[in-house]
Amino acid sequence: MNDLLTPTAENQDAAKVPLKPLGKVLAITSGKGGVGKTFVSANLAAALVKRGYKVLVLDADLGLANLDVVLNLYPKITLHDVFTGKARLEEAILPAPGGFSVLLAGSGMVEYSRLTTEVRNEFLRIISGLVPHYDVVLLDTGAGISDVVLFAVSLASEVLMVATPEPTSLTDAYATIKVLVGQQQRQTVRVIINQAARPGTGLAITHQLQHVLDRFAVTDPAHPIRLIHMGDIPVDPEVRHAVMRRQLMMATTPGCPAGQAISQIAGTLEKTVIPKPA
Amino acid sequence: MATLTASPRIDLQALQLDDARALLKHDARNSEQEAGESPTDYLQRVIDNLCELSLKDPLTGLSNRRHFRSVLERSIESVARSGESVLLLLLDIDHFKSINDSHGHMAGDLVLQAVASCLARCVRPMDTVARYGGEEFAVILPNCRPLFGRAVAERIRQTIASLSIPVAPLLNIQTTISIGGAYAPEWVRSTADLWIERADLQLYRAKSEGRDQIRLEQPQELSVSAEEKGLLFGSLDMNEMVTAEAVPGDTPTDAADKATNRVNA
Repeated sequence: MNDLLTPTAENQDAAKVPLKPLGKVLAITSGKGGVGKTFVSANLAAALVKRGYKVLVLDADLGLANLDVVLNLYPKITLHDVFTGKARLEEAILPAPGGFSVLLAGSGMVEYSRLTTEVRNEFLRIISGLVPHYDVVLLDTGAGISDVVLFAVSLASEVLMVATPEPTSLTDAYATIKVLVGQQQRQTVRVIINQAARPGTGLAITHQLQHVLDRFAVTDPAHPIRLIHMGDIPVDPEVRHAVMRRQLMMATTPGCPAGQAISQIAGTLEKTVIPKPA
Repeated sequence: MATLTASPRIDLQALQLDDARALLKHDARNSEQEAGESPTDYLQRVIDNLCELSLKDPLTGLSNRRHFRSVLERSIESVARSGESVLLLLLDIDHFKSINDSHGHMAGDLVLQAVASCLARCVRPMDTVARYGGEEFAVILPNCRPLFGRAVAERIRQTIASLSIPVAPLLNIQTTISIGGAYAPEWVRSTADLWIERADLQLYRAKSEGRDQIRLEQPQELSVSAEEKGLLFGSLDMNEMVTAEAVPGDTPTDAADKATNRVNA
């Protein structure tokens, strides 16, 4: 809980202005755990692969990483080995079912769930090393406003905020966006509403979040925060089936409603955020 | 767990219980087999007492470092899963060395005992108070919200400062305590060492900024006010938004409050 907002002797470093975000790096984050962040990361990666992108997903949820569970991959070499110098970066990258590459955190990463200078530098080194080799790097971050999450998000040029329509999820998403605005001077946050009950739900929520942020988020008047609604992922039994079977939905039932929604979000990303691969 | 072999009888004579008995006797516990007590019951009692002894600090009767450590590690597990707010306080008696130097170690021990029993009285039964080492103590407060944590620490500080500890005939000593505290990082499985280190850093601050004070790691200064929440959900029809587990009249107040606390903590 070392917050970045109030510098202390311990995290003076961390309180400095975040590093310049890296292009093509997209952070997928949420205010609250359990809203489907990792599910979105993996399936969006697969959807981007279908559009011809070379994609890597990095498990940046060091505390409670579960991209491995979603993808049903339990490699011997993980990010942890790269951090500890036991393996080279290339050795820890492995192919995932949807045709993208993954870098999994590994269970030993809990030791790095606190943001020290060492963790920051190592993280930065790894991501800078990855960027030249991929069209898109997705960071599957942890939830909330811990310093590791905020740091991971600060490395990304774009933030995708996943929330469900539940009040707790929305409040936490709102709170997290407020921090991103205040601390990182973010001007754009892209919103994905997961488990939307009906069409239009997500857009209404995004508008509402924007409305409250306009009133309460302290921003530079010349650079207000703008939320962009990326799409809704509808409630879909296929999602649950895929998660329970630990299969990638975009690989098994890409045509289901949730799959179509994710394809559409990938399409929007292609049009607005990620330059077409050469 | 390995299964134990059932034995028709326990031969107490064949067991070497002298050391165990001596340990219990030293702790003023009944170490002898009582009339009518079966060998099994007796052994069970000896083992229970030994277990208890192994978790206690002999001088103060508080939990010892071993027990403290295991409670701390369990707390980390529960925080990682539940996001519960758990506070760790480290407390150090100010200028303890000078008490020892000017009044002797016996006086020092009496001060340690007085502070220990005072600490135990200041907290809830569910809290763990331990002697961490020397004149340093630790308190683990599960389910402790930020405002509450500061109040408890302040109560402890004031109560200790108000103690008048008799250490010799006609000699009472007053002392103060410095307190540092840190919350476990919520929803994250951290390590006990990191947590202790963070609390220790705050204790160091309390010491270096004049002693007899409290320094708690600042929780995230972020709140979502009631007004913001009202606006956030005001025009959204929540029943329409949420299909599963939607309760009619499920106003966001409760759930949103909870979320805010978590974000705040």
